[in-house]
Amino acid sequence: MISPADFVQIPLDDWVNSFVRDFLVPNFRPAFRAMQVPITEVLARIDSFFHWLPMLVFTVGLTLIADRTAGRGVALFTLVALIFIDMIGLWAETMTTLSMILTSVFFCAVIGIPLGIWSARSDRVLLVVRPILDIMQTIPSFVYLVPIVMLFGVGMVPGIIATIIFALPPIIRLTNLGIRNVRADLIEAAEAFGSTRWQMLWEVQLPLALRTIMAGLNQTLMLALSMVVIAALIGAGGLGLTVYTGLGRLNVGAATTGGIGIVLLAIILDRITQSLGEKKGVQTPSLWQSLRSLFSAGKADAGAQSGKPA
Amino acid sequence: MKPKIRVEGVYKIFGEDPKGALDALKSGKSKIEIFEETGQTVGVQDVSFEVGEGEIFVVMGLSGSGKSTLVRTFNGLIPPTSGKILIDDDDVASCSAERLRKIRREKITMVFQHFALFPHKTVAENVAYGLKIKGEGAASRRKKALAALEQVGLAAYADSLPGELSGGMQQRVGLARGLATDPQVLLMDEPFGALDPLIRREMQDELLHLQKILKKTIIFITHDLNEALLLGDKIAIMKDGRFVQVGTAQEIVDNPADDYVAAFVADIDRGRVFEASHVVADPVTVEQHEKGAAEKALQLMEEHNRNALYVVDDQKVAGLVTYQELAVAAREEGRTDLAEVMVTDVPVVDQDTPLNELYGAASAGHPIAVTDKRGRLTGVIEVEAVFSQLSGDASEDEYEDEDEATEDGSTPPAEEKATDTAQGGTPR
Ligand SMILES: Nc1ncnc2c1ncn2[C@@H]1O[C@H](COP(=O)(O)OP(=O)(O)OP(=O)(O)O)[C@@H](O)[C@H]1O
Ligand SMILES: [Mg+2]
Repeated sequence: MISPADFVQIPLDDWVNSFVRDFLVPNFRPAFRAMQVPITEVLARIDSFFHWLPMLVFTVGLTLIADRTAGRGVALFTLVALIFIDMIGLWAETMTTLSMILTSVFFCAVIGIPLGIWSARSDRVLLVVRPILDIMQTIPSFVYLVPIVMLFGVGMVPGIIATIIFALPPIIRLTNLGIRNVRADLIEAAEAFGSTRWQMLWEVQLPLALRTIMAGLNQTLMLALSMVVIAALIGAGGLGLTVYTGLGRLNVGAATTGGIGIVLLAIILDRITQSLGEKKGVQTPSLWQSLRSLFSAGKADAGAQSGKPA
Repeated sequence: MKPKIRVEGVYKIFGEDPKGALDALKSGKSKIEIFEETGQTVGVQDVSFEVGEGEIFVVMGLSGSGKSTLVRTFNGLIPPTSGKILIDDDDVASCSAERLRKIRREKITMVFQHFALFPHKTVAENVAYGLKIKGEGAASRRKKALAALEQVGLAAYADSLPGELSGGMQQRVGLARGLATDPQVLLMDEPFGALDPLIRREMQDELLHLQKILKKTIIFITHDLNEALLLGDKIAIMKDGRFVQVGTAQEIVDNPADDYVAAFVADIDRGRVFEASHVVADPVTVEQHEKGAAEKALQLMEEHNRNALYVVDDQKVAGLVTYQELAVAAREEGRTDLAEVMVTDVPVVDQDTPLNELYGAASAGHPIAVTDKRGRLTGVIEVEAVFSQLSGDASEDEYEDEDEATEDGSTPPAEEKATDTAQGGTPR
């Protein structure tokens, strides 16, 4: 059979290789290295804080937070889950993973919220941002691991950079959406009273978009968690590494415990951040919806049972 | 006096090519033709008018006639395609963004059809919004917000959220928010449009009451002609983006500019539009204690073709004598004392009484006395004048008194009639 490749062959792989190796790396390596500095700094602070914090203090603290935001059930779950994680010997790894995720989410918020606001205020910006977000969300994360390694090396920080790229789109999208969906008559009213753009943003748009932005933050957090194992491929530590090495050595036990740690952490963080947005009554879909619905079904049961004797 | 707002040749065209549509419009094409040919929507065309300080100017028109578009050009929410909008000396259409913001903060506020209250702020915070934007301190903001809420009777709800209030209450908050910065001009875009009729009536009265105290310059948008007639010192009727008629309620009802306006006013309650002052005639009176008053009264009635006459005592209404009774008394008894035949229980109204409140007074069949605040007789309303005004016959028409005089003269005075029926009623 004749195929187009018999006549013309496109050496795309060579092109990309030479672009990254001969152009990006030699010319921009220092710039890329410099980009790591703030991440390294933030990570170091968060990481050393969580490793310094005694397990019991952390557990009690997070349980209380869960109680205040998401209610009794989630608080109880948090308490049990954290004790369980400690008992299966993964406390340190969990703290490492948590620091990594919080650092990623921190940078996603710092980059994503302003970018979302900007795209909401200018159609032209959105026109540029939207296709980039589409590409970011369609490229499988494995694909950009290699250029990241070439540009940033291996280790925790490159892992976080990969996580940021992967988890950034929802917070931008939902910030943009939240602000654009603020009722037009409220914008008009704010304008009619002589608000400046900043006052409009601060007094009206952000407060009214807060729920949607929180939903975006929740999705970003969940995406960051789902990158934990992949980030371990390029040298990030924590629970991801436990799973990864477990798989590599066919140590099913280690891989499973690592996996359970990730799931438990994910449920706790999801429930808490979800309830922050939900406080004012908004439901958002997330990766862990099925898990959550399982969990809330259990809670409803418990409620029914405790209701009977009363 | 210099007008507070002066609007000159304002056009607003929505679409990509407003200038082209503007030229087409000026060359005489209609709104529909322009839309079909160019796809541009004419929002407002060639609107000019003036509003004096403290006046309520009402713009009335059907849905899509361009009212909202027009009113939004006054505070720059929609920039006009061409034309001038002068508020005092500032042209809102061409001033800088900075200047426009200052005008919005200090001079002109807006009340919206669907209230547009900020759902995340309390009622007091909503009301204080304009003050916050201006940079006032929290304490004085709160104080002024409470004062504004007091004016609309909602001080007790200061710390509720708007969502907890009924529609009528929410619009009171909207009004308080508009008033809190003490603006000179208030724009109201169908502010009562979303309220049910009863609440609506209440709010209209409240607005009129507030306006008596506050004396703002108000541009009020409505699609309800009754509301327009009730509130407007001046009313503009808008159709397809242009003013088809501007005038007082009475002018519009009495002399509709074209069939479109005529169709509107056809089933209007004229009794609410016109007031006693529109049908009043100069009084013909006699002094009660004058010498020969009775003869003079008879003579005056003959001269002026009246069948009743008011008797005054030092300019105050003393009573009324009818020709018939006076003539009978004079002929048969030769008496000339007016007091003997005078009816003292006479209908008395003031200048501003709407005609529909005169029905009761008119039913007695006597002319109605119009007095000023101190009770002095300033005019007399003939019953026929009331009904001819209500029925819409040109008010200039002089009614023929001759026939009616005899007819009326032969009927017993209403007071007697009333007593008769009352007496007739008791035995049953
Ligand atoms: N942003 C816009 N873009 C295009 N056309 C518009 C826009 N706003 C208004 N129009 C058009 O301008 C015309 C006038 O609209 P406007 O909203 O001023 O009418 P209205 O008299 O306030 O009607 P209603 O009583 O329904 O509020 C309509 O034909 C409308 O379709
Ligand atoms: Mg409108």
